[in-house]
Amino acid sequence: MAFLSVQKVSKRFATLAAADAVDLEVPQGAFFALLGPSGCGKTTLLRMIAGFAEPDEGIITIDGAVMNGVPANKRPTNMVFQNYAIFPHLNVFDNVAYGLRKEGLGRQALRARVEAMLGTVRLEGLDGRRSDELSGGQRQRVALARALVRRPKLLLLDEPLGALDKRLREAMQVELRGLQKSLGITFLLVTHDQEEALSMADQVAVMSGGRILQIASPRALYERPNCREVADFIGEINFFHATVKSVEGETVTANAGVLGLLSIPKPNFGFGFALGDHILLALRPERITLEGGTVAGEITAASFLGERSHYQVRIAGRGEPVFVAASGPAPPGAVMLGWNPADMIALPFGA
Amino acid sequence: MKALRAYAALYLAFLYLPVLLLPLFSFNASHFIAFPLSGFTLQWYRELFADVAMLHAFGNSLEVGAVTALLSTVLGLMAARAVTRYRLKGAGAVLGFISLPLFIPDIVLGLSLLLLLGAVDFPLSLAAVVLGHVSLCLPFALTVLIARMQGFDRNLEEASADLGEGPWMTFWRLTFPLMLPGIAAALLLTFITSFDEFLLAYFLSGTEATLPVYIWGQLRFPERLPMVLALGALILLASVVVVILAEWTRNLGVSKKSVGA
Repeated sequence: MAFLSVQKVSKRFATLAAADAVDLEVPQGAFFALLGPSGCGKTTLLRMIAGFAEPDEGIITIDGAVMNGVPANKRPTNMVFQNYAIFPHLNVFDNVAYGLRKEGLGRQALRARVEAMLGTVRLEGLDGRRSDELSGGQRQRVALARALVRRPKLLLLDEPLGALDKRLREAMQVELRGLQKSLGITFLLVTHDQEEALSMADQVAVMSGGRILQIASPRALYERPNCREVADFIGEINFFHATVKSVEGETVTANAGVLGLLSIPKPNFGFGFALGDHILLALRPERITLEGGTVAGEITAASFLGERSHYQVRIAGRGEPVFVAASGPAPPGAVMLGWNPADMIALPFGA
Repeated sequence: MKALRAYAALYLAFLYLPVLLLPLFSFNASHFIAFPLSGFTLQWYRELFADVAMLHAFGNSLEVGAVTALLSTVLGLMAARAVTRYRLKGAGAVLGFISLPLFIPDIVLGLSLLLLLGAVDFPLSLAAVVLGHVSLCLPFALTVLIARMQGFDRNLEEASADLGEGPWMTFWRLTFPLMLPGIAAALLLTFITSFDEFLLAYFLSGTEATLPVYIWGQLRFPERLPMVLALGALILLASVVVVILAEWTRNLGVSKKSVGA
């Protein structure tokens, strides 16, 4: 059994299903992210794992032990709260030492343990500060130290970087990732920020409406989303309607209307289909070229973003623009959009 | 603008002039409470501190006040926790009922308590006064404590549980220290309310007088009046000190934005 196992867990609030028969397996030592828009149930799932809420149905086990009915203070988990929840009446040292009372350490051992942890999160010398004397980034580190000093089997992080500014957030992403690898503790991160999830986690579960849509590595999520919602949520993407025309060996031919007939490798279909099925073809903006292609269009909007530029291209017979990301300047006048059919992701239309 | 200022001055004079007369006449060397003043004396204060019955009543009041303050603050703390931490059905109605003694005339409250205690054969005593005072003081304690409890983040208690502490240790290590200013304010406020209260004490004290009841008894003797004024002046001074202390502790830490944010 996996290190953290969530089996058929459901939780309802009045009529709203915050978790709907969720299944989740997290291996030991993983950096796992729960990604989804606000209200998708990811925080509720995290709170059920931490012990702040009980599932209505289903079983949660950590390291083989069933957690249902076990109060939060008896679970082998620790949490970094979204607002950090630093105890305002205690200084940094006492905040970090708070969870070590039951270990019955002597004064020196306690000091050594806390100091070592403060060093790990680079807060040396701030022992005596109170929470209102700390910056946002420092508070985040205190929350992290306070949880990690207990050497939990599983560290839960609830939108830990949401309150930080962009630069600090990016620095902390790298640092959290490094910390997780060096400590070997299993991290479970909850976030609505896809960039955060993709850059830190080994495995990402995308949630929506209390259900898990897909569990995959960040690259697989980006390159092989299994449904429209995941494709849409992870990065920019263009959708084209199409119908399946024929299948010959490993090649599927689809009629994509304004794009014409396209030959797509069969492995790009992650689902079962029949001839004549209405499907969606998804294509990332950076997989489209502005020159040398077969579909004529004109650029209606462009934004320069440094290493690359984003263009909106209007093509005949399609209401919404095609999004293209390209490095280098756009050619003058009309453009000819091109792509490699192997980059087309086929998705079921209904999902 | 001028009229408004005059009105404010008049109002304050009406409010505080009589109160200021109390200490003034307590130093006046005459039995008669009338101008012109006849000279400075500490005689009434000397008589006051030699009055054993007065000192006994003062002791009773301290005792009743302390027990009342402790009981209503502990009960208030539990009620405040229940109201702010759990979603209780009918919590609003219960809070309303708890606050009702604030709006019932004391004389009605005193009479009904007298009837009730008589019906269950509870002897009129200082304990009876404490019961009456707790029902009167609980709303005050509750108001102060609920406000303080609402000011701090629920996540803090969850964080404490997350760090291995059960409900009891979470209360002692986290909730209690954070509530301390509110608790101190509630103690002071309820103590002073009980200490100053006359009507309920008059109905329920039986043979043991509290200080206000004793003062009321002394008013029958004109020659004792200056001594009562001296006593009143002292109580006034103590009350002002306690109220200022209560306000000060209640706001401790609140000025630093909201607690725990």
